[in-house]
Amino acid sequence: MNDMLRLIEPVIPALRRYARALVRNRAAADDLVQDCLERAISHWGQRREGDPRPWLFTILHNLALSQFRRSARRGKHIAIGEANENDFGQDAVQEQKLMYQDVLDKLARLPDDQRAVLLLVAVEDLSYADAARVLDIPVGTVMSRLSRAREKLQQEIEGTADTVPKNVVQLRSMK
Amino acid sequence: MTNRPITEDDLHAYVDGVLEPEREAEVAAYLEGHPDMARRVAAFSDQCDLLRKALAPIADEPLPPQLNLSRMIERPRRHPSFLRWAVAAMLMLSIGGLGGWVMRGSLQASPGGLAALAQEAAYSYSVYAPDRVRPVEMRASDSAQLVQWVSNRLKQPVKLPDLTGSGYRLMGGRLIATSHGPAAMFMYDDDRGDRLVVLTRPMTSDQSAPMAPHSGGDVSGFAWADGGMGYSLVGQAAAEALRPIANEVRKQARTI
Repeated sequence: MNDMLRLIEPVIPALRRYARALVRNRAAADDLVQDCLERAISHWGQRREGDPRPWLFTILHNLALSQFRRSARRGKHIAIGEANENDFGQDAVQEQKLMYQDVLDKLARLPDDQRAVLLLVAVEDLSYADAARVLDIPVGTVMSRLSRAREKLQQEIEGTADTVPKNVVQLRSMK
Repeated sequence: MTNRPITEDDLHAYVDGVLEPEREAEVAAYLEGHPDMARRVAAFSDQCDLLRKALAPIADEPLPPQLNLSRMIERPRRHPSFLRWAVAAMLMLSIGGLGGWVMRGSLQASPGGLAALAQEAAYSYSVYAPDRVRPVEMRASDSAQLVQWVSNRLKQPVKLPDLTGSGYRLMGGRLIATSHGPAAMFMYDDDRGDRLVVLTRPMTSDQSAPMAPHSGGDVSGFAWADGGMGYSLVGQAAAEALRPIANEVRKQARTI
């Protein structure tokens, strides 16, 4: 019980950050994190010993994935471009805020599988092996997706990417 | 120097700071001689930095009350929130309305018994499967007692389907009230957390009926009856993905 609190609680801010970067809506992201925590509590005995972070991210990622699949089946698009600007950083100065908003918009234009890898590795500091575990893919695939994600994001930042219409990026399976 | 060629993976590992010191020095030396590559690597590092800074405020926000872990641990069996019930109720309405219509279509050959069973299974799924706290009343660890309990209440020997071969683990089960008496519900999940429900009860009509697909709302499944017992398997996967699992349940139930 104390273990659970001690090991899970420090990870919650990172889980919220990952969820928000995936779904870009504060309420929806926090609902996902809540589901993830409830599941982690009820399945606590099934985790592997050691760092609980990869395990928690796996639960969260799979919940996000099944939610996307459900939405897709209902024919409802989760347009990840429709984020409320206020959902991101509130106390940064305006100019910085715009710059951050801009990079997040560009991040949202990456294919889902590439975005997930980039977030887990570059923002959440998961090892390549742990990212592979969370996404249930081989490490080699993690590396090639990471490479493609960085190239694509760089093209976006430098303005050399093919112009993709905004707000049509749809969440697909992240495999 | 190891003289191993520098790979694309090395460059990313360099950006992420996860190389062994010796290899890191080799990559650094390589980059000194390749300014184009060095610019690319620097750009990737800047990207990282920008992303971290852009997302950092989220992790710094105070946690909302719904994510208070101590409270969640202290009251793990709290009742599902009002919102969850509201969602379940809405699902039931949509299944009852639209779903009822669809089921009528696909199960026309056998009105009455099997269609009702399919609907009961769909209701049970939409109420219990989204429940993250207490989806089942008796857990898989008590499966022997679970089987005995539901067999007594159904006045029929009930066989617990084993779906591990299809990638689904038993979570547990409970008794469900239907207008045709008690039914046994078993719930399963896979590694992704996707859930399946198997509902079974004695049939008042349709004592024996071939397997028929049904769907409504965002769930689909199969229903059939064998020797007086009706079965329905319901999940959110596509019906065709559920068919082999339904066949497996039917096969196992026949070996009672």
